[in-house]
Amino acid sequence: MLNYDIVVVGGGPAGMAAALKAKECGVDSILILERAETLGGILEQCIHTGFGLQYFGEELSGPEYADRFIEQVYAEKIEYKTDTMVLEVSQDNKVYAVNKADGLLEIQAKAVILAMGCRERPRGALNIAGTRASGVMSAGTAQKYVNIDGYMPGKKVVILGSGDIGLIMARRMTLEGAKVECVCELMPYSSGLTRNIVQCLDDFNIPLYLSTTVVDIQGKDRVTGVTIAKVDDATRKPIPGTERTIECDTLLLSVGLIPENELTKNVGISLDRVTNGAVVDEYRETDHKGVFACGNVLHVHDLVDFVTQESQIAGEGAAKYVKGECAEKEYITTKGVGAVRYIVPQKVNLNNEGDVKLFFRVGSTFKNATVKVKYNGEELISRKRPRLAPGEMENVVIKNDMLKKFAKDGVIEISVEV
Amino acid sequence: MTKNITCVTCPMGCPITVELNDNNEVISVTGNTCKRGEQYAKDEVTHPQRSLATTVRVEGGIHGVVPCKSAGPLPKEKIFECMEAVNAARVNAPVKLGDVLVADVCGTGVNIVATNHCPAK
Repeated sequence: MLNYDIVVVGGGPAGMAAALKAKECGVDSILILERAETLGGILEQCIHTGFGLQYFGEELSGPEYADRFIEQVYAEKIEYKTDTMVLEVSQDNKVYAVNKADGLLEIQAKAVILAMGCRERPRGALNIAGTRASGVMSAGTAQKYVNIDGYMPGKKVVILGSGDIGLIMARRMTLEGAKVECVCELMPYSSGLTRNIVQCLDDFNIPLYLSTTVVDIQGKDRVTGVTIAKVDDATRKPIPGTERTIECDTLLLSVGLIPENELTKNVGISLDRVTNGAVVDEYRETDHKGVFACGNVLHVHDLVDFVTQESQIAGEGAAKYVKGECAEKEYITTKGVGAVRYIVPQKVNLNNEGDVKLFFRVGSTFKNATVKVKYNGEELISRKRPRLAPGEMENVVIKNDMLKKFAKDGVIEISVEV
Repeated sequence: MTKNITCVTCPMGCPITVELNDNNEVISVTGNTCKRGEQYAKDEVTHPQRSLATTVRVEGGIHGVVPCKSAGPLPKEKIFECMEAVNAARVNAPVKLGDVLVADVCGTGVNIVATNHCPAK
């Protein structure tokens, strides 16, 4: 059996940032386990630019952003194993993993950092009727085919879902010579950034059909077409009589991300029903002692820069845990009210020495709204925000002197008032 | 004449209005919230530019292609011409991040540079 102070599950931006921070905080015995053949995670296939503006103050492509951390992992001599699949994390923080070189690995860790990221919602989660012809895949799968393997998965493409991944792939497929017939979006608005609608769709005259979904897929061996229909905005059900068929050989699905929490669930860690990630404290420690979670496996982030920042918090927390420097735990809970869909962290230790940033996401768009923070019903903070949108994570800072006045089992509520 | 555009410089996506005179010269830019937005708006109505991120085929590498980008913005109308030039290029592994893969693409004066490493197989 191997022994490490910290085992990090996942070598993407979250795992690398957490490992590097833990090292900086004085922990030397760290092992990163990565399922893919290289470190870097999903950034390796996100070849478009737009990463790093917040964290590095410059615009990088995904692989360039990842490389900055990979180089640091090398420089700090942090151990890692690629092509390695983690099967289980046990109750006593043993990590079981397999790879071709070592066979089955049993690793005793003092602390485990879960940084597995997300996977895409598949066709099966949508219940689209039709045949099982080839040519239906997630946008991320197509992105890997084009950007890493170097081949095109289709020539005439329909994209369902107008999140940023769908928009980016519409441009990418067009640049490589495919005809993107349209992007369909179930909602009456796109959840993608406006700049991506402009530079990925408008630049190439690709139509965006809002309140529209795919109701049927045709084709025997290969997709030959899809039927799209308008949906009722109240019920999100297709409106009979609005169907029309579009000839295509490929349907890309960009319909949401699911945090990959199978390992987390197996340990028995409590999950948040809104984020689908673990319930954590301000150091991103879960309710299983010594197990931390960060990045997209905890909640879906808008920018990788924010993943990096969050993972550094988890790395610091894990280092403190290993070194026995954790403050005694007396928790208050956080609660999103009304339009505030969720808050991370879900609980805060009153004995924390620093300020605590609460991240939250709203469920609809607001202009000139006020964000209110209340403790046991009493207003603490009131901040004007010109704009709040579901696609943009917000935060408020709870100062340490404020925290010191709270009592165990208290509740911090965040709400939005217009 | 006025033109309404959306700034693509950063994720804010500010709606910008540009006023032009009869000679197609910019008189005013409004709606932007930063300097970069003003410059983007002026360029967009006179000579629109885009940066390009794509891949170049690699011989003997661990992957079939290596990602790359234009080291600076390219004239928007030349994007597809540049794509053809980049797709015609072949490089041999190993490729290092930052290597120039296509120099002065289509006479634009802009290099296409690798954005990742591609070790030999």
